[in-house]
Amino acid sequence: MENLDNTIGKPQSFYDTFERKPGKDKQIVHYCPGCGHGRIHKLIAEALDSLEMADETVFVSPVGCSVFGYYYFDTGNIQAAHGRAPAVGTGVARANKKGYVISYQGDGDLAAIGTAEIIHAANRGENMTVIFVNNGIYGMTGGQMAPTSLEGQKTATSPYGRDIADMGAPIRMSEIIAKLDAPVYVERVSVSDFKNINKAKKAIHTALKAQKDRKGFTFVEVLSACPEGWKLSPVDAIKRLQDVMETYYPLGQYKNELETRPTKAEPLPRPSDKDIMTALGVGDKAAIINVTDTFVKNFKEQRVRISGFGGQGVLLAGTTLGNLAMHHELAVTWLPSYGPEMRGGTANCHVMINNSVVGTPVVDKPNVLIAMNGPSLDEFENTVEAGGTIFVNSSIVDKKVKRTDVKAVYVPMTNIAEDAGIKKAANMVAVAAYLSYSKAMDLNSLIDLLKVNFKKKELVDANIKVIHAAKEYVEKNCM
Amino acid sequence: MNKEFIKGNEAIVKGAILAGCTHYFGYPITPSSEVVHAFAQLAPKTGCTFLQAESEVAAINMVYGAAGCGVRVMTASSSPGISLKQEGISYIAAAELPCVIVDVVRSGPGLGNIFPEQSDYNQIVKGGGHGNYKCIVLAPNSAQEMCDMTIKAFDLADKYLTPVYVLTDGYVGQMMEPVTFPSEVKKVERKDWALYSDKASKHNLVCTIRMSAEEMEELNIKLQKKYAEIEKNEQQYEEVNCKDAEMVVVAYGITSRLARTAVEELREKGMKIGLFRPQAVYPFPKDRLAELANTAKVFTALELSNGQMVDDVRLTLNGKRPVEFYGRMGGVVPTHKEIVEVLSSLYKKHLA
Ligand SMILES: Cc1ncc(C[n+]2csc(CCOP(=O)(O)OP(=O)(O)O)c2C)c(N)n1
Ligand code: SF4
Repeated sequence: MENLDNTIGKPQSFYDTFERKPGKDKQIVHYCPGCGHGRIHKLIAEALDSLEMADETVFVSPVGCSVFGYYYFDTGNIQAAHGRAPAVGTGVARANKKGYVISYQGDGDLAAIGTAEIIHAANRGENMTVIFVNNGIYGMTGGQMAPTSLEGQKTATSPYGRDIADMGAPIRMSEIIAKLDAPVYVERVSVSDFKNINKAKKAIHTALKAQKDRKGFTFVEVLSACPEGWKLSPVDAIKRLQDVMETYYPLGQYKNELETRPTKAEPLPRPSDKDIMTALGVGDKAAIINVTDTFVKNFKEQRVRISGFGGQGVLLAGTTLGNLAMHHELAVTWLPSYGPEMRGGTANCHVMINNSVVGTPVVDKPNVLIAMNGPSLDEFENTVEAGGTIFVNSSIVDKKVKRTDVKAVYVPMTNIAEDAGIKKAANMVAVAAYLSYSKAMDLNSLIDLLKVNFKKKELVDANIKVIHAAKEYVEKNCM
Repeated sequence: MNKEFIKGNEAIVKGAILAGCTHYFGYPITPSSEVVHAFAQLAPKTGCTFLQAESEVAAINMVYGAAGCGVRVMTASSSPGISLKQEGISYIAAAELPCVIVDVVRSGPGLGNIFPEQSDYNQIVKGGGHGNYKCIVLAPNSAQEMCDMTIKAFDLADKYLTPVYVLTDGYVGQMMEPVTFPSEVKKVERKDWALYSDKASKHNLVCTIRMSAEEMEELNIKLQKKYAEIEKNEQQYEEVNCKDAEMVVVAYGITSRLARTAVEELREKGMKIGLFRPQAVYPFPKDRLAELANTAKVFTALELSNGQMVDDVRLTLNGKRPVEFYGRMGGVVPTHKEIVEVLSSLYKKHLA
């Protein structure tokens, strides 16, 4: 057997001396004699050499015996948590869109703790190459059972042999990965003999070239000996690799769509700062809404609760008030009721407005209640502060306010909206009725605000009509 | 008018993009989902990368990868999701990578519910993951601060090479308020330690393993020095009526908003009471709080938890003044009346 681990003919993509490696000997790898990892590293480095990819490659070292990949590879290096190399690699690939990523993983790392990460990186077709070293055991931690350990295999955690009925059958990852749509190339190889090593070399080269060509996700499973974990001599370990491992894990290509798969799209250039600001809707001077000063000066704190059916636009009524308050340069908060409360078909929100600072955004004692439906009146009538005002949507609420220490204002909100031609605008009627009655904020500014916020002129006109109708109704019937 | 009436959770995203954040990796969970939604919406229009990961575990490891490549990157989640991220955050702290993590805290333990709590304080401020690390933790209490502190979080992360949390809750996240956004997009400089998949950067290494005990201790000492520096420079707080206060209420996030209204009402009733609000909870603003113990006679911590931040108040005051605690759990938010009653009875107990 040719010794590929030696230092003679060291590939360019390896460091000349392994300075990151502790200890005196900076020439040899840290792996046990007869371990497959060193050989596989070398095949990768040779492929990186011939494809001239090393400078643009980030090598992700896993947790496992190959955690020290960064001792050897003269590439960018990042070391991942156990099993997460494909996620770390995804982060790298998405940050450096023109670079290359190798996620190098053992079988515990990839096929046990990192199952979710490998499946989803593969399924997304990340432009990366995964080198999956299947040695059927946990090498680093002292020879425990891997999901790939074979039936009957004795390990530290299957001391009586792997019992398939109890521990599951050894998992064949290449077959699983190949079943997904996105991966473009999946092959299982082995570093057992000269012939197979050559095939492995070719497969790794093919996978990396595909990545260089931006074809997407490539996966090479390499069957590899772990003499230490298997408790065999290097020679016997190779024999087991050939006779046992290669039998259960058939070598060969499981997927190859290199010919037909299109190249991934080039990343788009970053938009200009100006375009970013525009997309965010910040930076350009928003329209100035004129507000009569007296409204601000005389402003008395408004603690508003708006409540109704989902679909009545209750939340929007609240945000409209909030927006208007902001244009009055008042302090304001809006808080929706959320969670299960929202699902019962009713919605309500809290609006706090004053002219200094809003402390709590929670309105548990409103001085204004807008009850768009009956249940809302039932629920909140008693919370209203004495002297407060309750606006009732009399189109659908028949009952009257029972309390005598509050003002009750009945406005047929739904009917006014319907008459003005937009059925859905009962919430706008509510807002306009409240403002017309309370004079808390400038109704004209509300109209200006609509002109800015609504793009469609018909919508603006219809809403203005609604506002005028509400105002007229209130002035005629409620004052 | 250069303001927008906007939800806190959305203000975070706009703030982040203006801070030069280009990458977001996350997994949806209520009540943080507006952050994911807003980033997904805005990403293609702003040249950002958005990816919905298969889990919070994957998301934080993607953040680790991208942060290692020098981009400004963030994730957001809520309590159970943050629990899952902790291993990754420990790695990020160890590798000294900058990133921003938003936690919109919900009620726990277990699946709990989606209502606000402040019960992640311990898992976030006191570590959460394994090892001797800390994260800077900013605690906004308004939509404006959600924007501003997110931007600041990115700056601090780059300055100290450490993960920075924006710790908030369902109320501050869902609440809409006027926000003034900055009118520029921050430039992110090339970082000399990061991996850019090019020749100039390829000898950089992002790594958390140190094989010898001595080397690992060295890394730990380096981290502790950094935290000492952070504690010296980055304490941040707001105080209301504390100068002559006999009782100081300590509260952060949404609770500080509730407390503020109560404290102001009690002032009007003649009680000498003030509000001290940590704007960063790590580093805890202990210098000023300790100073206040020279004048104030009693301290009361208010939290939506079983009493987590109160431990830092006690550590700071070190027995010098009595420290009271009032908290609600499970997503129950105390009413204004309740807070007023609690504070006035504690005031009477100690100061009448
Ligand atoms: C979260 C976590 N769990 C467990 C470990 C311990 N651990 C380190 S390596 C390893 C298994 C490695 O086996 P494998 O992936 O097959 O790689 P090999 O060492 O065989 O190359 C385990 C369980 C860890 N580092 N982190
Ligand atoms: S334990 Fe096994 S996998 Fe690890 S270095 Fe030794 S032979 Fe290789």
